[in-house]
Amino acid sequence: MAVGFAQWGNDLHTGRKSYNIVGQRRKFYLVSIVLSVVFIVLLFKPGFNLGIEFRGGSEFTVSGVTTQSQQLAEEAVASVAPDEVPRVSSVGSNAVRVQTAQLTADQVTAVRDALMKSFDVGEDKVTSSFVGPSWGKDVSQKAITGLVVFLILVGLVMTAYFRAWRMAVAALIALFHDLIITAGVYALIGWEVTPATVIGFLTILGYSIYDTVVVFDKVRENTDGVLAQTRSTYAERANLAVNQTLVRSINTSVVALLPVASILFIGAFILGAGTLRDISLALFVGMAVGTYSSIFLATPLEVTLRYREPAIKAHATKVLAARAKAASGAVDGESVGETSSLAFTGALKPGSHQGNAAQPRKRKGTK
Amino acid sequence: MATTNRKKSRSNRSLIGLGIIIVAIFGSIFAGTQLSDAAWTPKLALDLEGGTQIILRPVTLNNEKVTSQDIDQAIAIIRQRVDSSGVSEAEITSQGGTNIVVALPGTPSQETLDLVRESAQMQFRPVLYFGSGAGTDPIATAEPTTGAGPTVDPTPAPTDAATTPPVATNPSDFAQVTPELQAEFAALNCADPANLTGGGTKDPTTPIVACADDGAMKYILGPMELAGSDIASASSGLQTNSQGVQLSTWAVSIKFTGEGTKKFAETTTRLSKLPSYEMWLATQPPTQAPNMFAMVLDNLVISAPGVDLIIADGRAEITGNFTRESATNLANQLNFGALPLTFEVQSESQISATLGSEQLEKGLLAGVIGLLLVVLYSLVQYRALGLVTVASLGIAGLITYGVITLLSWTQGYRLSLPGVAGLIVAIGITADSFIVYFERIRDELRDGRSLTSAVDTGWDRARRTILASDGVNFLAAIVLYFLAVGGVRGFAFTLGLTTIVDVLVVFLFTHPIMKLLAKTKFFGDGHPASGLDPHRLGATSVRYGGRGRVVRVDAEPSGQATKDVQSAAGTKPGKGAKELVGASARTSGPATDGAASGMTIAERRAARALAEKKSEKDSDSPHDDAAPDDDAAPDAASDENKDGKL
Repeated sequence: MAVGFAQWGNDLHTGRKSYNIVGQRRKFYLVSIVLSVVFIVLLFKPGFNLGIEFRGGSEFTVSGVTTQSQQLAEEAVASVAPDEVPRVSSVGSNAVRVQTAQLTADQVTAVRDALMKSFDVGEDKVTSSFVGPSWGKDVSQKAITGLVVFLILVGLVMTAYFRAWRMAVAALIALFHDLIITAGVYALIGWEVTPATVIGFLTILGYSIYDTVVVFDKVRENTDGVLAQTRSTYAERANLAVNQTLVRSINTSVVALLPVASILFIGAFILGAGTLRDISLALFVGMAVGTYSSIFLATPLEVTLRYREPAIKAHATKVLAARAKAASGAVDGESVGETSSLAFTGALKPGSHQGNAAQPRKRKGTK
Repeated sequence: MATTNRKKSRSNRSLIGLGIIIVAIFGSIFAGTQLSDAAWTPKLALDLEGGTQIILRPVTLNNEKVTSQDIDQAIAIIRQRVDSSGVSEAEITSQGGTNIVVALPGTPSQETLDLVRESAQMQFRPVLYFGSGAGTDPIATAEPTTGAGPTVDPTPAPTDAATTPPVATNPSDFAQVTPELQAEFAALNCADPANLTGGGTKDPTTPIVACADDGAMKYILGPMELAGSDIASASSGLQTNSQGVQLSTWAVSIKFTGEGTKKFAETTTRLSKLPSYEMWLATQPPTQAPNMFAMVLDNLVISAPGVDLIIADGRAEITGNFTRESATNLANQLNFGALPLTFEVQSESQISATLGSEQLEKGLLAGVIGLLLVVLYSLVQYRALGLVTVASLGIAGLITYGVITLLSWTQGYRLSLPGVAGLIVAIGITADSFIVYFERIRDELRDGRSLTSAVDTGWDRARRTILASDGVNFLAAIVLYFLAVGGVRGFAFTLGLTTIVDVLVVFLFTHPIMKLLAKTKFFGDGHPASGLDPHRLGATSVRYGGRGRVVRVDAEPSGQATKDVQSAAGTKPGKGAKELVGASARTSGPATDGAASGMTIAERRAARALAEKKSEKDSDSPHDDAAPDDDAAPDAASDENKDGKL
């Protein structure tokens, strides 16, 4: 497998094999739009199942207990609300605190009774109350402020680095695409949204931008000086970049997804509901989608946006016209280099003399 | 251009630098364990370790009903206070709509507990009378304690002021200093630490007796004129004089709200007409109050500056003998002092972890399994080069562990389960830097460079990509760390940390190691198991080997080719000398392809070389990247031409 993969990587690098991703960008746009719409709908219906940290919930305190077993409390809650995952902790040396999502009045009474029986204490020893959200509005507010500032700054930094604001726009659109799909998958599966999930989403945000920057950096390198030649269009050079980073993208996503997958597996199948499961699901989906979007959405989108620049548009027209003319005119055998525009991987600019400093040195003294 | 020898020593220097960093990190932890309370493992957060739960009941000063809005505001302020003391990920909730539950991880220090419990009712009161903290005779000992009292300067020159309120109900009226208050004042001993704990609430409408928070002075204060809620913001910084030149003294700037500005203008108008600190001390016995007002936090006077000018624009600057720390502290207290409530501690108890120890164990197990899979994959993909990945990840893990342990000792950082998951995920992002780098090296090898030169050129390009992408990640971390609170802050911290470690390891370990490895026979000759075998990477081009020799790496892995490569490696050509020249095949070949417009000279030569070779051997070995032969023409190419949309 490895040999085949290496050969495939070689072919992609030399242009012997090339996937026309940018050329078929409309298909990929369609896929992304359909997916986004589907998952936006999923975000509203069924929507998120927010956890106790966001909505608040019911809290029971059992005091004067002889055992602080968490198991007992969990069973007591499960007997009333089987789907509920209570947060149980012992308080001091003789009390147990049980927190659940908000229960109905009947359920609260039932849980109180169950707790009384389980811990074998009197009615006055079990108190119940409503607890507010620990992840309140102010936390969300500040997180969102932070996000907005971050997105604006990232836009500015990318614009400065790539010297093209359209690249920043494409990267940000891809970012929202990733977030929508990840959040949609989460809503679809219906697991409780906890702070761990939110942190997972934030990680994806970072990862998506990171991955896009890596691919765009290759695009930038390949399209440097594209307007000064007439062999390839901007789109072809961008497509070459995507192909040449394909091996990197696959290797990176496999390496990144392996640990996440192992957490997800252990979290979902061995531990059940909990922090690990929540964060790893968000991460698994987000990273996979993030890698996909860097290749199949961000780069094509970037090309589409760049083609709105008159200079690049005119250049592409010129290149294609020249190529059509060459194809209809000379049919000499030696112009094999011209048959495929996608296969051309050489440097756009001819090299120049590097000066004496570039010459290999004869070392003084032998080694 | 650096010579090979210099480069080698630079690699060594990087590795030594990295070693020093690691030794420094673990050395300081070791010193910490010996001299202080540091530990070899990081502290754990609330969800993994449990902690202390404090239930607070808010009380308003005038028995007004506590609204849920007040509670929300109080929670926000308490969270801010807790966060300002480190990245501890406290959990703060309301309970039953009336109480506030604060859960702090581990065994919080007295200082942190005070931050949470502090009633922090900020009041501005005029000073009626003052004296030395311990002495019974106020006047005799007042002078030497603080030297010249702090003064308040208006930031820009004040204009005409608001009218003075009627003198009869004046809060500075000296008649308020009754004999009872005098007696109380005389009895108060501020040198006694018991009198410096603050606490309790006092009626804001009557005069009180209070100590300075350091116990050096004691005061009789008039009724409250401004409350903490009248302050819009407070900040600390170096003082600037009227010419805008920054001085080296620290000051605290206060900005009042609209209402506060009006009140403060009235107060300063009145106070500025009263005798200054020195004048007041000189006239004995005093007949009126001095021109000072006191900022009272928790019934302790934190600062009592004098007022010389009317301040009407709602901006004031407190100067005095501040250090950077005390100025920041005062600004924080002023900012936080706006809480309209005081708190009674209802209960304080230990709580256990909400997540069982099982979660952490299984989480770590998952991490180990994931890491093993990563190692396996890198070895399959990159063969021996995979070991460099593994070693780099190992170094990154070591540094991260060290830094987290160090920070949990110095900064109160605590590792929560999401934090652990975040660190495991960081494996992927860290490994990506190596992958980007290795792929670049392979690309250069495919173009026919020797390994030493491929490492140099590949690094030049990969470095840019790594820095750009890590820069974006670091930006995210910085922004979220400073703007967000609670768990998000903890996350941002972890993200920023792993990003820095990533850059550190790539620059100081992976690259220097690659440079050293490139000189070994195993890697430099492209052993099939090294992951850098030029044949496997399809490198088929000719390469200038230096000193007029040309090296050809043939498609068939003959001993001849290897020898050629070896001899080329022996000459170690300089960085710029690896341009493909195709010199070997230059002798013959008709100059037919001048028609190939747009081809560079090198490309034309390479194409000619290819054509010649084909006619000679009629072999199937496809050649130069610039001119693929017929059977190598990609299927996608025709596809693309038809498409025409490009």
